[in-house]
Amino acid sequence: MTDRPAKRMRDMFLQGVLEEMNAATDIFFVTADFGSPVLDNIREQHPDRFLNVGIAEQNLINISTGLALEGFRVFAYAIAPFITMRCLEQTRTNLCVLASVKPLSVCLVGVGAGMSYDVSGPTHQALEDISIMRSLPNMAVFSPADAECSHDLAKHVSRRKGASYVRLDGKALPPIYQANERLDWNKGFNVLRKGTSASLVSTGYMTHKAMETADILTKKNKRISVVDVYSLNHLNAVAFADCIKDAGPVITLEEGFTGRGGLDCLIMNAIKGRTITALGLLPEYRFDIGNRDDLLKLHGLDANTIAEKVLQTAVH
Amino acid sequence: MNKSKSVMCGKLTVKARWLWEQTIRLHGRAPETRLASSLSLVEILTALYYNGYVKSKPAELNWEGRDRVIISKGHGAITLYAILADLGYYPMNELERVGQQGSFLGGIPDPIIPGFETVNGSLGHGLGVGCGMACGLRQKDNTSTSVVVIVGDGELHEGANWEAAMFAGHHRLNNVVCIVDFNKKAMLDNTDKIIGLEPLDAKFSAFGWDTFRVDGHNLAALTDCFERVFKYPRKGPVAIIADTIKGRGVPVMESDPLCHVRTLSKKEIAELLGETRD
Repeated sequence: MTDRPAKRMRDMFLQGVLEEMNAATDIFFVTADFGSPVLDNIREQHPDRFLNVGIAEQNLINISTGLALEGFRVFAYAIAPFITMRCLEQTRTNLCVLASVKPLSVCLVGVGAGMSYDVSGPTHQALEDISIMRSLPNMAVFSPADAECSHDLAKHVSRRKGASYVRLDGKALPPIYQANERLDWNKGFNVLRKGTSASLVSTGYMTHKAMETADILTKKNKRISVVDVYSLNHLNAVAFADCIKDAGPVITLEEGFTGRGGLDCLIMNAIKGRTITALGLLPEYRFDIGNRDDLLKLHGLDANTIAEKVLQTAVH
Repeated sequence: MNKSKSVMCGKLTVKARWLWEQTIRLHGRAPETRLASSLSLVEILTALYYNGYVKSKPAELNWEGRDRVIISKGHGAITLYAILADLGYYPMNELERVGQQGSFLGGIPDPIIPGFETVNGSLGHGLGVGCGMACGLRQKDNTSTSVVVIVGDGELHEGANWEAAMFAGHHRLNNVVCIVDFNKKAMLDNTDKIIGLEPLDAKFSAFGWDTFRVDGHNLAALTDCFERVFKYPRKGPVAIIADTIKGRGVPVMESDPLCHVRTLSKKEIAELLGETRD
Protein backbone atom coordinates (compact mmCIF):
# COMPACT_ATOMS: atom_id res chain seq x y z
CA MET A 1 0.00 0.00 0.00
CA THR A 2 1.73 3.13 1.16
CA ASP A 3 3.67 4.60 4.03
CA ARG A 4 1.58 7.75 4.11
CA PRO A 5 -0.04 8.27 7.51
CA ALA A 6 -3.57 7.31 8.44
CA LYS A 7 -5.88 10.32 8.43
CA ARG A 8 -9.38 11.10 9.52
CA MET A 9 -11.87 11.79 6.77
CA ARG A 10 -13.50 14.55 8.77
CA ASP A 11 -10.25 16.50 9.05
CA MET A 12 -9.67 16.49 5.31
CA PHE A 13 -13.34 17.08 4.52
CA LEU A 14 -13.54 20.01 6.92
CA GLN A 15 -10.28 21.38 5.55
CA GLY A 16 -11.97 21.41 2.15
CA VAL A 17 -15.01 23.16 3.63
CA LEU A 18 -12.76 25.72 5.32
CA GLU A 19 -11.05 26.48 2.02
CA GLU A 20 -14.42 26.96 0.36
CA MET A 21 -15.57 29.22 3.21
CA ASN A 22 -12.37 31.25 2.85
CA ALA A 23 -13.10 31.72 -0.84
CA ALA A 24 -16.83 32.47 -0.67
CA THR A 25 -19.05 34.38 1.74
CA ASP A 26 -22.23 32.41 1.16
CA ILE A 27 -21.38 29.22 3.05
CA PHE A 28 -22.66 28.50 6.56
CA PHE A 29 -21.47 25.72 8.84
CA VAL A 30 -24.00 24.49 11.39
CA THR A 31 -23.20 21.84 13.98
CA ALA A 32 -25.20 19.97 16.60
CA ASP A 33 -22.48 20.45 19.20
CA PHE A 34 -20.11 18.12 17.45
CA GLY A 35 -16.57 19.18 16.73
CA SER A 36 -13.05 18.37 15.60
CA PRO A 37 -9.72 20.21 15.55
CA VAL A 38 -10.27 21.46 12.00
CA LEU A 39 -13.75 22.59 12.97
CA ASP A 40 -12.08 24.83 15.54
CA ASN A 41 -10.40 26.62 12.64
CA ILE A 42 -13.75 27.12 10.93
CA ARG A 43 -15.39 28.58 14.00
CA GLU A 44 -12.42 30.78 14.83
CA GLN A 45 -11.99 32.09 11.29
CA HIS A 46 -15.66 32.41 10.39
CA PRO A 47 -17.61 33.09 13.59
CA ASP A 48 -20.32 34.93 11.65
CA ARG A 49 -21.06 31.87 9.53
CA PHE A 50 -20.69 29.21 12.18
CA LEU A 51 -23.64 28.14 14.32
CA ASN A 52 -23.83 25.55 17.06
CA VAL A 53 -27.48 24.69 17.63
CA GLY A 54 -26.64 22.45 20.56
CA ILE A 55 -27.58 18.79 20.75
CA ALA A 56 -30.70 19.38 18.69
CA GLU A 57 -30.63 17.63 15.33
CA GLN A 58 -34.20 18.56 14.41
CA ASN A 59 -33.33 22.21 14.81
CA LEU A 60 -30.05 21.60 12.98
CA ILE A 61 -32.00 20.68 9.85
CA ASN A 62 -34.62 23.39 10.28
CA ILE A 63 -32.06 26.15 10.81
CA SER A 64 -30.05 24.87 7.84
CA THR A 65 -33.21 24.91 5.71
CA GLY A 66 -33.94 28.50 6.64
CA LEU A 67 -30.40 29.57 5.81
CA ALA A 68 -30.58 27.74 2.49
CA LEU A 69 -33.87 29.46 1.64
CA GLU A 70 -32.07 32.76 2.16
CA GLY A 71 -29.54 31.73 -0.46
CA PHE A 72 -26.74 30.30 1.65
CA ARG A 73 -24.99 27.03 1.00
CA VAL A 74 -25.05 25.06 4.23
CA PHE A 75 -23.06 22.26 5.80
CA ALA A 76 -24.89 20.60 8.71
CA TYR A 77 -22.66 18.47 10.91
CA ALA A 78 -23.42 15.79 13.51
CA ILE A 79 -22.88 12.14 14.39
CA ALA A 80 -24.05 9.89 11.54
CA PRO A 81 -26.92 7.96 13.17
CA PHE A 82 -28.35 11.11 14.69
CA ILE A 83 -28.17 13.35 11.63
CA THR A 84 -29.80 10.65 9.53
CA MET A 85 -32.40 9.28 11.93
CA ARG A 86 -33.18 11.70 14.77
CA CYS A 87 -34.30 14.34 12.29
CA LEU A 88 -35.31 12.22 9.31
CA GLU A 89 -38.71 13.84 8.91
CA GLN A 90 -37.19 17.32 9.02
CA THR A 91 -34.81 16.21 6.29
CA ARG A 92 -37.56 14.65 4.22
CA THR A 93 -39.97 17.57 4.50
CA ASN A 94 -37.73 20.61 4.64
CA LEU A 95 -34.91 19.46 2.40
CA CYS A 96 -36.16 16.73 0.07
CA VAL A 97 -39.76 17.85 -0.44
CA LEU A 98 -38.86 21.53 -0.49
CA ALA A 99 -35.95 20.94 -2.89
CA SER A 100 -38.51 19.87 -5.48
CA VAL A 101 -39.70 23.46 -5.78
CA LYS A 102 -37.01 25.69 -4.24
CA PRO A 103 -33.30 25.89 -4.96
CA LEU A 104 -31.48 24.59 -1.91
CA SER A 105 -27.91 23.58 -1.25
CA VAL A 106 -27.55 21.71 2.02
CA CYS A 107 -25.02 19.01 2.78
CA LEU A 108 -25.58 16.81 5.81
CA VAL A 109 -22.27 15.55 7.12
CA GLY A 110 -22.45 12.53 9.41
CA VAL A 111 -19.40 11.21 11.22
CA GLY A 112 -19.27 7.61 12.43
CA ALA A 113 -20.11 5.50 9.38
CA GLY A 114 -20.78 1.83 10.06
CA MET A 115 -19.20 0.61 13.27
CA SER A 116 -16.52 3.28 13.50
CA TYR A 117 -17.84 4.15 16.95
CA ASP A 118 -17.09 0.57 17.92
CA VAL A 119 -17.15 0.58 21.72
CA SER A 120 -19.97 3.10 21.89
CA GLY A 121 -22.42 0.40 20.86
CA PRO A 122 -25.54 0.36 18.72
CA THR A 123 -26.79 3.88 19.48
CA HIS A 124 -23.71 5.42 17.90
CA GLN A 125 -23.22 3.00 15.03
CA ALA A 126 -24.70 3.83 11.64
CA LEU A 127 -25.83 0.59 10.07
CA GLU A 128 -29.06 1.82 8.48
CA ASP A 129 -28.04 5.26 7.25
CA ILE A 130 -27.29 4.27 3.66
CA SER A 131 -30.63 2.50 3.23
CA ILE A 132 -32.57 5.31 4.87
CA MET A 133 -30.94 8.18 3.02
CA ARG A 134 -31.00 6.30 -0.27
CA SER A 135 -34.77 6.05 -0.01
CA LEU A 136 -35.17 9.83 -0.20
CA PRO A 137 -35.73 11.55 -3.55
CA ASN A 138 -33.61 14.69 -4.05
CA MET A 139 -30.91 13.32 -1.76
CA ALA A 140 -27.42 12.43 -2.92
CA VAL A 141 -25.50 9.98 -0.73
CA PHE A 142 -21.72 10.01 -0.70
CA SER A 143 -19.59 7.45 1.10
CA PRO A 144 -15.86 8.08 0.65
CA ALA A 145 -13.26 5.43 1.45
CA ASP A 146 -10.47 7.63 2.76
CA ALA A 147 -9.45 11.08 3.90
CA GLU A 148 -7.65 11.95 0.67
CA CYS A 149 -10.73 11.88 -1.54
CA SER A 150 -12.84 13.44 1.23
CA HIS A 151 -11.10 16.75 0.62
CA ASP A 152 -12.23 16.69 -2.99
CA LEU A 153 -15.71 15.58 -1.92
CA ALA A 154 -16.08 18.72 0.21
CA LYS A 155 -15.34 20.81 -2.87
CA HIS A 156 -17.79 18.80 -4.94
CA VAL A 157 -20.73 19.04 -2.53
CA SER A 158 -20.13 22.71 -1.81
CA ARG A 159 -20.77 23.41 -5.48
CA ARG A 160 -23.64 20.98 -5.78
CA LYS A 161 -27.26 22.09 -5.84
CA GLY A 162 -29.76 20.13 -3.78
CA ALA A 163 -29.49 18.07 -0.63
CA SER A 164 -26.75 15.58 0.04
CA TYR A 165 -25.57 13.28 2.80
CA VAL A 166 -21.89 12.61 3.30
CA ARG A 167 -21.07 9.69 5.59
CA LEU A 168 -17.60 9.95 7.03
CA ASP A 169 -15.70 7.30 8.94
CA GLY A 170 -14.87 8.12 12.54
CA LYS A 171 -11.45 6.48 12.53
CA ALA A 172 -8.13 7.52 11.07
CA LEU A 173 -7.67 5.28 8.02
CA PRO A 174 -4.68 4.63 5.77
CA PRO A 175 -4.92 6.22 2.34
CA ILE A 176 -6.42 4.44 -0.63
CA TYR A 177 -6.30 7.37 -3.01
CA GLN A 178 -3.49 9.76 -3.86
CA ALA A 179 -3.16 12.98 -1.87
CA ASN A 180 -5.99 15.30 -2.88
CA GLU A 181 -7.16 12.86 -5.53
CA ARG A 182 -10.09 14.13 -7.54
CA LEU A 183 -12.79 11.57 -8.19
CA ASP A 184 -15.66 11.58 -10.62
CA TRP A 185 -18.43 11.96 -8.04
CA ASN A 186 -21.12 11.91 -10.71
CA LYS A 187 -19.95 8.56 -12.03
CA GLY A 188 -19.99 7.31 -8.47
CA PHE A 189 -17.42 4.54 -8.49
CA ASN A 190 -13.78 3.85 -9.09
CA VAL A 191 -12.04 0.63 -10.07
CA LEU A 192 -9.15 0.16 -7.67
CA ARG A 193 -8.08 -3.23 -8.98
CA LYS A 194 -8.92 -5.17 -12.10
CA GLY A 195 -9.39 -8.93 -12.09
CA THR A 196 -11.57 -11.62 -13.55
CA SER A 197 -11.90 -14.18 -10.75
CA ALA A 198 -14.40 -12.20 -8.72
CA SER A 199 -15.41 -8.59 -8.07
CA LEU A 200 -15.55 -7.04 -4.65
CA VAL A 201 -17.85 -4.02 -4.69
CA SER A 202 -17.57 -2.02 -1.51
CA THR A 203 -18.10 1.34 0.09
CA GLY A 204 -16.44 3.30 2.89
CA TYR A 205 -14.36 1.32 5.36
CA MET A 206 -15.24 -1.95 3.65
CA THR A 207 -13.19 -0.85 0.66
CA HIS A 208 -10.18 -1.28 2.97
CA LYS A 209 -11.41 -4.80 3.80
CA ALA A 210 -11.89 -5.47 0.09
CA MET A 211 -8.31 -4.48 -0.65
CA GLU A 212 -7.07 -6.70 2.20
CA THR A 213 -9.16 -9.57 0.88
CA ALA A 214 -7.82 -9.05 -2.64
CA ASP A 215 -4.27 -9.20 -1.25
CA ILE A 216 -5.01 -12.52 0.46
CA LEU A 217 -6.57 -13.98 -2.67
CA THR A 218 -3.81 -12.75 -4.95
CA LYS A 219 -1.50 -15.04 -3.00
CA LYS A 220 -3.90 -17.85 -3.91
CA ASN A 221 -3.56 -16.96 -7.59
CA LYS A 222 -6.93 -15.29 -7.87
CA ARG A 223 -7.34 -12.06 -9.74
CA ILE A 224 -9.83 -9.95 -7.84
CA SER A 225 -11.50 -6.74 -8.96
CA VAL A 226 -12.08 -4.12 -6.30
CA VAL A 227 -14.62 -1.40 -7.07
CA ASP A 228 -15.05 1.43 -4.61
CA VAL A 229 -18.60 2.81 -4.83
CA TYR A 230 -18.80 6.25 -3.27
CA SER A 231 -21.94 7.77 -4.74
CA LEU A 232 -24.85 5.69 -3.51
CA ASN A 233 -27.81 7.44 -5.06
CA HIS A 234 -26.41 8.69 -8.33
CA LEU A 235 -24.30 5.79 -9.52
CA ASN A 236 -23.81 5.71 -13.26
CA ALA A 237 -25.35 2.26 -13.62
CA VAL A 238 -24.49 1.84 -17.29
CA ALA A 239 -20.82 2.59 -16.73
CA PHE A 240 -20.80 0.40 -13.64
CA ALA A 241 -22.41 -2.57 -15.39
CA ASP A 242 -19.94 -2.17 -18.21
CA CYS A 243 -16.90 -2.11 -15.94
CA ILE A 244 -18.00 -5.21 -14.09
CA LYS A 245 -19.29 -7.34 -16.96
CA ASP A 246 -16.16 -9.46 -17.40
CA ALA A 247 -14.98 -9.32 -13.81
CA GLY A 248 -16.42 -12.55 -12.42
CA PRO A 249 -19.07 -13.05 -9.74
CA VAL A 250 -20.04 -9.92 -7.83
CA ILE A 251 -19.75 -9.72 -4.06
CA THR A 252 -20.93 -6.56 -2.31
CA LEU A 253 -19.38 -5.55 0.98
CA GLU A 254 -21.00 -3.07 3.31
CA GLU A 255 -20.69 -2.24 6.97
CA GLY A 256 -24.44 -2.07 7.30
CA PHE A 257 -27.51 -4.28 7.20
CA THR A 258 -27.90 -6.36 4.06
CA GLY A 259 -31.22 -6.82 2.32
CA ARG A 260 -32.42 -3.44 3.50
CA GLY A 261 -31.89 -1.19 0.51
CA GLY A 262 -28.21 -0.38 0.96
CA LEU A 263 -25.24 -1.01 -1.32
CA ASP A 264 -26.45 -4.51 -2.18
CA CYS A 265 -29.74 -3.16 -3.45
CA LEU A 266 -28.00 -0.43 -5.43
CA ILE A 267 -25.73 -2.93 -7.17
CA MET A 268 -28.50 -5.46 -7.74
CA ASN A 269 -30.44 -2.79 -9.60
CA ALA A 270 -27.40 -1.61 -11.50
CA ILE A 271 -26.63 -5.07 -12.87
CA LYS A 272 -30.11 -6.49 -13.19
CA GLY A 273 -30.19 -10.15 -14.06
CA ARG A 274 -26.88 -11.02 -12.45
CA THR A 275 -26.68 -12.79 -9.13
CA ILE A 276 -24.77 -11.03 -6.41
CA THR A 277 -23.52 -12.21 -3.04
CA ALA A 278 -24.28 -9.58 -0.43
CA LEU A 279 -21.92 -9.48 2.55
CA GLY A 280 -22.69 -7.21 5.45
CA LEU A 281 -24.45 -7.31 8.78
CA LEU A 282 -27.52 -9.31 9.67
CA PRO A 283 -30.36 -6.96 10.52
CA GLU A 284 -30.11 -7.16 14.30
CA TYR A 285 -28.85 -4.95 17.12
CA ARG A 286 -25.99 -6.36 19.17
CA PHE A 287 -24.11 -5.24 22.20
CA ASP A 288 -20.76 -6.88 21.50
CA ILE A 289 -17.83 -4.99 22.98
CA GLY A 290 -14.53 -4.82 21.18
CA ASN A 291 -12.63 -2.82 18.63
CA ARG A 292 -13.96 -2.44 15.13
CA ASP A 293 -12.09 -5.36 13.62
CA ASP A 294 -13.14 -7.58 16.55
CA LEU A 295 -16.75 -6.65 15.85
CA LEU A 296 -16.44 -7.19 12.12
CA LYS A 297 -14.93 -10.60 12.75
CA LEU A 298 -17.96 -11.54 14.83
CA HIS A 299 -20.03 -10.78 11.75
CA GLY A 300 -17.74 -12.67 9.41
CA LEU A 301 -16.51 -9.47 7.84
CA ASP A 302 -12.78 -9.86 8.51
CA ALA A 303 -10.63 -10.23 5.42
CA ASN A 304 -9.89 -13.94 5.96
CA THR A 305 -13.54 -14.90 6.27
CA ILE A 306 -14.48 -12.68 3.34
CA ALA A 307 -11.71 -14.36 1.31
CA GLU A 308 -13.16 -17.79 2.11
CA LYS A 309 -16.59 -16.67 1.00
CA VAL A 310 -15.19 -15.18 -2.19
CA LEU A 311 -13.40 -18.45 -2.97
CA GLN A 312 -16.77 -20.21 -2.84
CA THR A 313 -18.03 -18.08 -5.70
CA ALA A 314 -14.85 -17.15 -7.57
CA VAL A 315 -14.07 -18.50 -10.99
CA HIS A 316 -10.65 -19.71 -12.31
CA MET B 1 -61.01 54.86 19.86
CA ASN B 2 -60.44 57.87 17.60
CA LYS B 3 -62.41 58.34 14.39
CA SER B 4 -59.81 57.27 11.83
CA LYS B 5 -59.07 54.17 13.86
CA SER B 6 -62.74 53.29 14.03
CA VAL B 7 -63.08 53.74 10.24
CA MET B 8 -60.06 51.51 9.72
CA CYS B 9 -61.47 48.87 12.06
CA GLY B 10 -64.77 49.10 10.20
CA LYS B 11 -62.98 48.28 6.95
CA LEU B 12 -61.14 45.44 8.63
CA THR B 13 -64.39 44.09 9.98
CA VAL B 14 -65.86 44.00 6.49
CA LYS B 15 -62.72 42.31 5.19
CA ALA B 16 -62.72 39.78 8.02
CA ARG B 17 -66.34 38.91 7.30
CA TRP B 18 -65.50 38.46 3.61
CA LEU B 19 -62.58 36.18 4.50
CA TRP B 20 -64.73 34.19 6.91
CA GLU B 21 -67.22 33.59 4.11
CA GLN B 22 -64.50 32.81 1.58
CA THR B 23 -62.98 30.30 3.98
CA ILE B 24 -66.30 28.54 4.38
CA ARG B 25 -66.85 28.57 0.61
CA LEU B 26 -63.39 27.05 0.05
CA HIS B 27 -64.28 24.35 2.54
CA GLY B 28 -67.57 23.78 0.74
CA ARG B 29 -65.70 23.19 -2.53
CA ALA B 30 -63.02 21.00 -0.93
CA PRO B 31 -64.49 19.34 2.18
CA GLU B 32 -61.13 17.76 3.02
CA THR B 33 -59.79 21.21 3.98
CA ARG B 34 -59.70 21.90 7.71
CA LEU B 35 -62.30 24.54 8.36
CA ALA B 36 -62.26 24.89 12.14
CA SER B 37 -58.51 25.39 12.29
CA SER B 38 -58.75 28.05 9.57
CA LEU B 39 -61.58 30.00 11.14
CA SER B 40 -59.62 30.67 14.33
CA LEU B 41 -57.08 32.56 12.22
CA VAL B 42 -59.39 34.87 10.24
CA GLU B 43 -59.01 38.03 12.31
CA ILE B 44 -55.28 37.44 12.96
CA LEU B 45 -54.56 37.22 9.23
CA THR B 46 -56.89 40.12 8.46
CA ALA B 47 -55.15 42.42 10.92
CA LEU B 48 -51.74 41.23 9.75
CA TYR B 49 -52.22 41.58 5.99
CA TYR B 50 -54.75 44.39 5.62
CA ASN B 51 -53.00 46.84 7.95
CA GLY B 52 -49.85 46.57 5.87
CA TYR B 53 -47.73 44.81 8.47
CA VAL B 54 -46.56 42.27 5.91
CA LYS B 55 -44.37 43.80 3.19
CA SER B 56 -44.84 41.98 -0.10
CA LYS B 57 -44.72 42.36 -3.86
CA PRO B 58 -47.06 39.75 -5.32
CA ALA B 59 -45.55 40.27 -8.79
CA GLU B 60 -42.05 39.64 -7.48
CA LEU B 61 -42.20 36.53 -5.33
CA ASN B 62 -38.51 36.47 -4.43
CA TRP B 63 -38.26 40.19 -3.66
CA GLU B 64 -35.55 40.40 -1.01
CA GLY B 65 -37.47 42.97 1.02
CA ARG B 66 -40.57 40.83 1.48
CA ASP B 67 -41.47 39.75 4.97
CA ARG B 68 -41.28 35.99 5.23
CA VAL B 69 -44.57 34.57 6.44
CA ILE B 70 -44.57 30.91 7.39
CA ILE B 71 -47.85 29.29 8.27
CA SER B 72 -46.55 26.33 10.17
CA LYS B 73 -50.05 25.10 11.06
CA GLY B 74 -50.70 24.42 7.40
CA HIS B 75 -54.10 22.88 8.03
CA GLY B 76 -55.37 26.26 9.09
CA ALA B 77 -54.19 28.11 6.04
CA ILE B 78 -57.13 28.08 3.67
CA THR B 79 -58.09 31.60 4.76
CA LEU B 80 -54.73 32.64 3.37
CA TYR B 81 -55.73 31.26 -0.05
CA ALA B 82 -58.35 33.96 -0.26
CA ILE B 83 -56.02 36.67 1.07
CA LEU B 84 -53.27 35.88 -1.43
CA ALA B 85 -55.77 35.90 -4.29
CA ASP B 86 -57.16 39.20 -3.02
CA LEU B 87 -53.64 40.67 -2.89
CA GLY B 88 -52.94 39.60 -6.47
CA TYR B 89 -50.66 36.60 -6.01
CA TYR B 90 -52.96 34.69 -8.35
CA PRO B 91 -56.36 35.25 -9.96
CA MET B 92 -59.40 35.10 -7.73
CA ASN B 93 -60.92 32.35 -9.86
CA GLU B 94 -58.19 29.98 -8.64
CA LEU B 95 -60.25 29.77 -5.46
CA GLU B 96 -62.97 28.03 -7.47
CA ARG B 97 -60.61 25.16 -8.28
CA VAL B 98 -59.42 24.35 -4.76
CA GLY B 99 -58.78 20.64 -4.30
CA GLN B 100 -59.31 19.90 -7.98
CA GLN B 101 -56.88 18.24 -10.34
CA GLY B 102 -54.56 20.84 -11.84
CA SER B 103 -55.07 23.40 -9.06
CA PHE B 104 -52.18 24.40 -6.83
CA LEU B 105 -54.54 24.91 -3.91
CA GLY B 106 -54.71 21.68 -1.94
CA GLY B 107 -55.86 20.74 1.53
CA ILE B 108 -52.56 21.83 3.04
CA PRO B 109 -50.56 24.60 1.35
CA ASP B 110 -47.20 23.90 -0.22
CA PRO B 111 -44.73 26.28 -1.81
CA ILE B 112 -46.12 25.53 -5.26
CA ILE B 113 -48.62 28.22 -4.28
CA PRO B 114 -47.34 31.73 -5.03
CA GLY B 115 -46.74 33.48 -1.72
CA PHE B 116 -45.94 30.41 0.37
CA GLU B 117 -42.33 30.08 1.45
CA THR B 118 -42.07 26.60 2.94
CA VAL B 119 -43.64 23.17 3.12
CA ASN B 120 -46.34 23.42 5.76
CA GLY B 121 -48.64 21.22 7.74
CA SER B 122 -46.11 18.72 8.98
CA LEU B 123 -46.23 20.31 12.37
CA GLY B 124 -43.38 21.78 14.34
CA HIS B 125 -41.09 22.76 11.46
CA GLY B 126 -42.00 26.38 10.78
CA LEU B 127 -40.44 28.04 13.79
CA GLY B 128 -37.03 26.40 13.30
CA VAL B 129 -36.98 27.08 9.56
CA GLY B 130 -38.04 30.66 10.28
CA CYS B 131 -35.17 31.05 12.75
CA GLY B 132 -32.78 29.82 10.08
CA MET B 133 -34.17 32.41 7.67
CA ALA B 134 -33.76 35.04 10.39
CA CYS B 135 -30.07 34.13 10.77
CA GLY B 136 -29.66 34.33 7.00
CA LEU B 137 -31.31 37.76 6.85
CA ARG B 138 -29.10 38.97 9.67
CA GLN B 139 -26.00 37.71 7.88
CA LYS B 140 -27.13 39.59 4.74
CA ASP B 141 -27.55 42.76 6.85
CA ASN B 142 -31.21 42.81 5.92
CA THR B 143 -32.56 44.42 9.08
CA SER B 144 -35.89 45.65 7.72
CA THR B 145 -37.41 42.26 7.07
CA SER B 146 -39.37 40.19 9.58
CA VAL B 147 -39.96 36.46 9.69
CA VAL B 148 -43.52 35.87 10.87
CA VAL B 149 -44.28 32.30 11.91
CA ILE B 150 -47.85 31.30 12.67
CA VAL B 151 -48.14 28.19 14.81
CA GLY B 152 -51.03 26.42 16.45
CA ASP B 153 -51.20 25.50 20.10
CA GLY B 154 -51.64 21.79 19.40
CA GLU B 155 -48.52 22.04 17.28
CA LEU B 156 -46.55 23.30 20.27
CA HIS B 157 -46.51 19.76 21.64
CA GLU B 158 -43.85 19.09 18.99
CA GLY B 159 -40.49 19.42 20.74
CA ALA B 160 -38.72 20.95 17.74
CA ASN B 161 -40.62 24.19 18.46
CA TRP B 162 -38.86 24.48 21.77
CA GLU B 163 -35.46 23.74 20.24
CA ALA B 164 -36.18 26.69 17.95
CA ALA B 165 -37.53 28.82 20.79
CA MET B 166 -34.32 28.28 22.78
CA PHE B 167 -32.25 29.10 19.71
CA ALA B 168 -34.15 32.31 18.93
CA GLY B 169 -33.94 33.49 22.52
CA HIS B 170 -30.24 32.75 22.77
CA HIS B 171 -29.41 34.51 19.50
CA ARG B 172 -31.77 37.41 20.24
CA LEU B 173 -33.44 37.01 16.86
CA ASN B 174 -35.35 40.29 16.89
CA ASN B 175 -36.50 39.69 13.33
CA VAL B 176 -38.63 36.72 14.38
CA VAL B 177 -42.28 37.14 15.35
CA CYS B 178 -44.19 34.01 16.34
CA ILE B 179 -47.97 34.24 16.43
CA VAL B 180 -49.62 31.42 18.35
CA ASP B 181 -53.19 30.73 17.27
CA PHE B 182 -54.17 29.54 20.73
CA ASN B 183 -57.51 27.98 19.87
CA LYS B 184 -57.25 25.48 22.73
CA LYS B 185 -58.04 22.44 20.63
CA ALA B 186 -55.98 19.78 18.89
CA MET B 187 -57.50 16.84 17.05
CA LEU B 188 -58.81 14.62 19.82
CA ASP B 189 -59.56 17.05 22.60
CA ASN B 190 -58.94 20.40 24.22
CA THR B 191 -55.20 20.94 24.53
CA ASP B 192 -55.44 21.48 28.29
CA LYS B 193 -56.76 17.91 28.57
CA ILE B 194 -54.05 16.47 26.32
CA ILE B 195 -50.92 18.23 27.57
CA GLY B 196 -51.59 21.61 29.13
CA LEU B 197 -49.69 24.54 27.63
CA GLU B 198 -50.39 27.27 30.16
CA PRO B 199 -48.86 29.53 31.22
CA LEU B 200 -47.90 29.79 27.54
CA ASP B 201 -46.70 33.38 27.52
CA ALA B 202 -44.54 32.67 30.57
CA LYS B 203 -43.04 29.68 28.77
CA PHE B 204 -41.93 31.85 25.85
CA SER B 205 -40.72 34.55 28.27
CA ALA B 206 -38.61 31.98 30.09
CA PHE B 207 -36.99 31.13 26.74
CA GLY B 208 -35.98 34.75 26.24
CA TRP B 209 -38.89 36.01 24.13
CA ASP B 210 -40.85 39.21 24.58
CA THR B 211 -44.47 38.15 24.78
CA PHE B 212 -47.84 39.70 24.12
CA ARG B 213 -51.22 38.22 24.84
CA VAL B 214 -54.16 39.37 22.80
CA ASP B 215 -57.76 38.51 21.98
CA GLY B 216 -57.27 36.87 18.60
CA HIS B 217 -60.73 37.77 17.36
CA ASN B 218 -60.64 41.44 18.33
CA LEU B 219 -59.43 43.37 15.29
CA ALA B 220 -58.71 46.54 17.27
CA ALA B 221 -56.72 44.67 19.89
CA LEU B 222 -54.80 42.73 17.25
CA THR B 223 -54.04 45.93 15.36
CA ASP B 224 -52.78 47.63 18.52
CA CYS B 225 -50.58 44.61 19.29
CA PHE B 226 -49.17 44.38 15.75
CA GLU B 227 -48.55 48.14 15.74
CA ARG B 228 -46.39 47.78 18.84
CA VAL B 229 -44.59 44.74 17.49
CA PHE B 230 -43.99 45.73 13.87
CA LYS B 231 -43.59 49.50 14.04
CA TYR B 232 -41.00 49.74 16.78
CA PRO B 233 -37.53 48.24 17.19
CA ARG B 234 -37.52 44.84 18.88
CA LYS B 235 -34.83 43.65 21.27
CA GLY B 236 -35.36 39.95 20.71
CA PRO B 237 -37.83 37.45 19.34
CA VAL B 238 -41.48 38.25 19.98
CA ALA B 239 -44.27 35.78 20.67
CA ILE B 240 -47.86 36.93 20.32
CA ILE B 241 -50.22 34.56 22.06
CA ALA B 242 -53.57 35.11 20.42
CA ASP B 243 -56.49 33.62 22.33
CA THR B 244 -58.90 32.29 19.75
CA ILE B 245 -61.85 29.96 19.30
CA LYS B 246 -61.54 27.02 16.96
CA GLY B 247 -64.34 27.03 14.41
CA ARG B 248 -65.10 30.69 15.20
CA GLY B 249 -68.52 31.75 14.02
CA VAL B 250 -69.80 28.23 13.46
CA PRO B 251 -71.70 27.22 16.60
CA VAL B 252 -71.58 23.47 15.92
CA MET B 253 -67.80 23.70 15.64
CA GLU B 254 -67.17 26.07 18.51
CA SER B 255 -68.87 23.64 20.89
CA ASP B 256 -67.26 20.48 19.51
CA PRO B 257 -63.90 19.34 20.95
CA LEU B 258 -63.51 17.15 17.85
CA CYS B 259 -64.17 20.01 15.42
CA HIS B 260 -60.72 19.77 13.82
CA VAL B 261 -61.86 16.99 11.53
CA ARG B 262 -65.47 18.10 11.27
CA THR B 263 -66.77 18.70 7.80
CA LEU B 264 -69.80 20.87 7.21
CA SER B 265 -72.58 19.71 4.93
CA LYS B 266 -73.71 21.80 1.99
CA LYS B 267 -76.89 22.56 3.90
CA GLU B 268 -74.95 23.75 6.98
CA ILE B 269 -72.78 25.93 4.76
CA ALA B 270 -75.76 27.44 2.99
CA GLU B 271 -77.34 28.25 6.34
CA LEU B 272 -74.16 29.86 7.65
CA LEU B 273 -73.87 32.03 4.56
CA GLY B 274 -77.55 32.93 4.67
CA GLU B 275 -78.12 31.31 1.34
CA THR B 276 -80.88 28.92 2.27
CA ARG B 277 -84.02 28.90 0.17
CA ASP B 278 -86.83 29.10 2.67
